Amino acid sequence: MRKIAVLTVVAFSVAMFFSSLAFAARKTIIKIGINAPLTGDIPKVGEGTKYAAQMWLEDIEKAGGLEVGGKKYDVELVIEDNESKAESAVKANTKMISQDDVLAIIGPQSSKQAVPAGEVANKYKTVMISPWSTNPDTTLDRPYVFRGCFLDPFQGPVVANFITDEFGFTKAAVLYDVASDYPKGLAEVFKDAWEAKHGEGSVVAYESFTTKDTDFSSQLTKIVKSGAQVLFTPQYYNEVPLIVRQAKDLGWEGPIVGSDSWGSAELVELCGEACHGLFFSSHYAAAGAKGDTKAFIDRYEKTYGYTPDDVAALTWDSLQLAQQAIQDAGKLTGRIEKDREAVRDALTRIENFDGITGKMTFTEEGDPIKCAVIVKINNQGEFEFYSSSCP
Amino acid sequence: MEPLIEYFYYILQNIINALQRGSFYAVISIGYSMVYGVLMLFNFAHGDIFMVGTYIGFGIATVFLAVLTGLVPPPVIFLATVVVTMFLASWIGVFVEVAGYRPLRQAPRASAAITGLMIGIIFETTILIMLGAKRLSFPPLMEKVNYHIGGIYITNVKAMIIIISLLLMLGLHAFIQKTKWGMAMRAMSYDFLAVPLMGVSINIIAPLTFAVGAGLASVAGILYGQAYPILDPYMGVLLGWKAFVAAILGGRGSIKGAALAGYLLGFIEIFVATVFPSTLRDFIAYSIILIILTFRPRGFFGMEHSTKLRL
Repeated sequence: MRKIAVLTVVAFSVAMFFSSLAFAARKTIIKIGINAPLTGDIPKVGEGTKYAAQMWLEDIEKAGGLEVGGKKYDVELVIEDNESKAESAVKANTKMISQDDVLAIIGPQSSKQAVPAGEVANKYKTVMISPWSTNPDTTLDRPYVFRGCFLDPFQGPVVANFITDEFGFTKAAVLYDVASDYPKGLAEVFKDAWEAKHGEGSVVAYESFTTKDTDFSSQLTKIVKSGAQVLFTPQYYNEVPLIVRQAKDLGWEGPIVGSDSWGSAELVELCGEACHGLFFSSHYAAAGAKGDTKAFIDRYEKTYGYTPDDVAALTWDSLQLAQQAIQDAGKLTGRIEKDREAVRDALTRIENFDGITGKMTFTEEGDPIKCAVIVKINNQGEFEFYSSSCP
Repeated sequence: MEPLIEYFYYILQNIINALQRGSFYAVISIGYSMVYGVLMLFNFAHGDIFMVGTYIGFGIATVFLAVLTGLVPPPVIFLATVVVTMFLASWIGVFVEVAGYRPLRQAPRASAAITGLMIGIIFETTILIMLGAKRLSFPPLMEKVNYHIGGIYITNVKAMIIIISLLLMLGLHAFIQKTKWGMAMRAMSYDFLAVPLMGVSINIIAPLTFAVGAGLASVAGILYGQAYPILDPYMGVLLGWKAFVAAILGGRGSIKGAALAGYLLGFIEIFVATVFPSTLRDFIAYSIILIILTFRPRGFFGMEHSTKLRL
């Protein structure tokens, strides 16, 4: 009898010991999900995302973990490839939320994936910060979804104002991909902003194509004939070189202006001299950066051998935001649902966050208020700061 | 300029645009038709054979430009690139036939047809694994000169694409009409049961057909690289499907039909976007083709006997 009692006590304490170990082990790891287009249409964007995230993780590891409420936690990145497809981005988010138990998700980058993926994150009440998605729908009515950049409706007027002030033009043409959320949204906003400035019908050609098209000759012939003075094309870096070259072949002589989707390190590599001297709106400009931004650029260049594009910079800022929110949450309970909620609440409270792409404060929708930059591609093919525009 | 003349130039410019676009559809769709003539199935890997051909062309062009520039004039480099690429890409065609289609020669047609789709995916992922997902920029094989004649713009690259495509098709026509091999291919498409009994082996004619189709596609790839110099592993998918539409529209198995339908497709796509808002381009363009097929189910030059086929 006595023996049994002793055994029971021993067994119980052993069980207690292990269970507390298990409990502790589960609690000391924070997982952050990265939803990035590592393959597919825009792999360079995925690469920049991954590299920025790895740099961030390096810093955390150097500090011996992430300190939350006086306790150090190990951080683990869960990097999922969304193949630059909407359905894969949704799948990646679902997996990271339900299987990997991530505390927060960074990504997806383009609106095409971020809009549907945000739906999932919001449904499962997990904080998602899309560093690069500028479509309003990404965060609209989704308390758990945030972004690290400004919105399309902001970028449209910025570009329209810039063209008007810089060149004094009154007639514009637009060429965009009708099958992709981001270019379509931005083209519409630009058209509205331009026509509000220069009157109805001042967008003299409003032409479209569909994703994967490579021949824009009929649209561009129309645009050349329309008498437009400037061409606005909010396309991605894999399409811009084709558009720019074909336009020049068809006798286009005016400026071609783009949006932040141009800002990839690969654009100039693919486009060459044809793109020199063109302008686009963006989140930051690498040439001529100062302070923390410069430190980030130098470190990235040293590690990966090329200048980081805006995606990398925004991903970096988004991770810093997530980090601060996790730290501000005060204390992690180990119960993932509760912790996710605490992180969300902390994120909404962040004010004047000093990121490398500018100061940020979130609106109620989870959109930051920050400035846009007009970048000029100079004759060395670098992205140079030209002017800036704040709301 | 007077409006009427301006409009005339506008149409002329679009005709040139359409000729360039149509050239690609025509040269690629011929590959579908040739294989169909001999094996009576569509090689759905053809779009990806085109893609692999373009990558081979890219590799050869890069090497030749690095080694030969300065030694020989640019047209020689161009010609050498075309010849070597064609030769290498032909073996890709042979490989597809031997590895993909030959083992399934007695299998149900549907199995053989999807083999092509799978080979296509294997090619795409192989390139993806070997070269990564990074876009490549096809090096220009000649200095681009833009001519402004009257109200139209034409580059030497565009003119070259149109001319070389026509030459390729004329060459193929001569090959099929004038040579023994061509005769064997025609005979095979006429009766695939009796011809092997006459001592013409399907195991020689089929790979030959694939090789010729792949060779043509690879030249189209080099030209494509000059016109649209951005390469990605999925570039053959959409173009392959559209060329396939042209092959059907031209009449299954008809090489002449495929070529003409390829140009027609180019014209329809370009001119629909010219007349209607470009948002509606594919919708209207492919509705037109659907209507044509409703009235001519066999396409333009489809032969009577091609309806009793197994697929």
